[in-house]
Amino acid sequence: MPVNYAPLPKRTPRWLVGLTWAIAVGLPVSLLVVLLVLLPITKPAMIDGFILHQLGHDPAVWPWRDLLAAAALVLIGAVVFGWGAVFGGVSTWLERKIAGRMQSRIGPNRAGAGGYLVWMADALKMLLKEDLVPAEADDLLFRAAPYFGLVGFLLTFVTLPFGEGIIVADLGVGAFFVTAITALVVVGILVAGWSSNSKWALFGGFRSAAQVISYEIPAGISLMVPVLMAGTLSMQGIIRAQGGAPWNWFVFRNPAAFVAFFIFFTSQLAEANRTPFDLPEAESELVAGYHSEYSGFRFGLFFLVEYGSLWVMSALAITLFFGGWQIPGFHADQWVAVRGTSPFPPPAWWGMQAASMAVFAAKTYTLVLVVLWIRWTLPRIRIDQMMNLCWKYLVPGAFACFLFTLLWQLLVSAVPRVELASGIALSLVALVLVALFLKQTRDNIYSVAGDRIDLSNW
Amino acid sequence: MAQSASEYVGNVKDTVKSFWHGMSITLSYMLRRPITVQYPDRTDLPVRDTLPPRYRGFLEVDVSICTGCQACERACPISCIQMELEKDPRNPKQRLVTQFDIDEAKCMFCGLCVEPCPTGSIQHTREFEGSQRSIRNLVFRWADPLAPFPVYKVAKDA
Repeated sequence: MPVNYAPLPKRTPRWLVGLTWAIAVGLPVSLLVVLLVLLPITKPAMIDGFILHQLGHDPAVWPWRDLLAAAALVLIGAVVFGWGAVFGGVSTWLERKIAGRMQSRIGPNRAGAGGYLVWMADALKMLLKEDLVPAEADDLLFRAAPYFGLVGFLLTFVTLPFGEGIIVADLGVGAFFVTAITALVVVGILVAGWSSNSKWALFGGFRSAAQVISYEIPAGISLMVPVLMAGTLSMQGIIRAQGGAPWNWFVFRNPAAFVAFFIFFTSQLAEANRTPFDLPEAESELVAGYHSEYSGFRFGLFFLVEYGSLWVMSALAITLFFGGWQIPGFHADQWVAVRGTSPFPPPAWWGMQAASMAVFAAKTYTLVLVVLWIRWTLPRIRIDQMMNLCWKYLVPGAFACFLFTLLWQLLVSAVPRVELASGIALSLVALVLVALFLKQTRDNIYSVAGDRIDLSNW
Repeated sequence: MAQSASEYVGNVKDTVKSFWHGMSITLSYMLRRPITVQYPDRTDLPVRDTLPPRYRGFLEVDVSICTGCQACERACPISCIQMELEKDPRNPKQRLVTQFDIDEAKCMFCGLCVEPCPTGSIQHTREFEGSQRSIRNLVFRWADPLAPFPVYKVAKDA
């Protein structure tokens, strides 16, 4: 019998496994390391110090100072964009892998070990595909729409922290800036829906507008709870007002914040168009919603924004409620002590910065996994149910949390102990809930004869 | 639509409960072994060896017992079997099969050719992997025109 193909190897070749691990670990870690090094160095104070001490000029009279600062900003922009793209790409792989296992499938398993390289193959495919504009579409708006989304997504990184000193700009209005700028993504979606000249896309755009405008309200009000507790809108200020240990996190320090976190998280899910709120792109009803007509690079941008938003929403929730980059047992005065007074920080400071980045990334990734997990658990809700949930449950709930926090802060200023008591009690409750949940999960598995926990077969 | 307070609270309770149960169910499946198989390279046995014995895969011909009766060719409803016979120039009593082509691309695996075969020479195998670079590669040629095989004769006293 004619056989054209050599039999496939039984295992993934060693070199491919090595390459996969090198990319899977090396790419994100190297980007984070570049961010770690660049972000403190590109601060104007540090550049001025560099000009003064290394180049021997007075920064005030040196003509190239502004150019140097601008070049540093452009470099930072490129690296942050790279981080967003890599995170978005890896998330698509992770999502498919998790979806597979939750449905008793394997998921991607061909390109690289565990199918890891599939996200690169996808990105490459999207770059190479034809950039198609449908006939009768509004050409200019159609081409411009993905960039609105991209700008809305990338600008959030201005105030999103990565670590103690690893932030592009610690704006005094940080939390407000993030909520304001993420609304720009909706403009992109609306423009895409309108300009595509397709009924599916138009429906998707309308739904997105209705959804995001409604959910901005509970998100904004529940965001006020940590802001009230911290007394500042600055992202770093909110994190500095919390501590490393769970009982020092805002989410446990105030019973209303515990509820507000869930309201905020649900609203963020809706704003990021994630299931169960993926009505704007409901593939079973609207083909692909607002990006039905897009292909190639522009579609890739929409996808990048959608998956990159996972990081934004998770990092925001971690910042506001879960103590951000705070390392347990490492206090503000220790940060000052380790920084020293020299113009260039000592190695110990860089080490602690890296540790704070690792804490922040680990917490954020945990929340990202929860978002993916929810997607493969819940079905899409109907549009009237979505509106119902927002206006009848989340908005009143958020207002109640807001009012409770006002009173709670009065109580805390009179009896400061009550905050610690609530922190310890609620973290214990959370611990018990997690234990009960894991027990329930274990019971689900072992209640089926012959089934057991088995993480093989990747 | 009017809604009582107990309904309102009940809805919230329902939501929390369904999250709790739903997410523990999906997590439990996440932790189990996937039941799908990584065909074709990560299976313990080649998949054809796991198929039932009467599976109708590609046809095979045992040329050592083919009588050259062409019953299979006549039985085939879509003429995917093509046979050609001629006399052996060295031995006029012996007939030779110069062509025995089975087009597996056309074959619908009905098994009608297997039934009339007097010696059981033509049989289904469990081979099913028919992906080829050209569809013509799926014409299996059981006889070589340059070296035709003699037909099998049943011994008179058998």
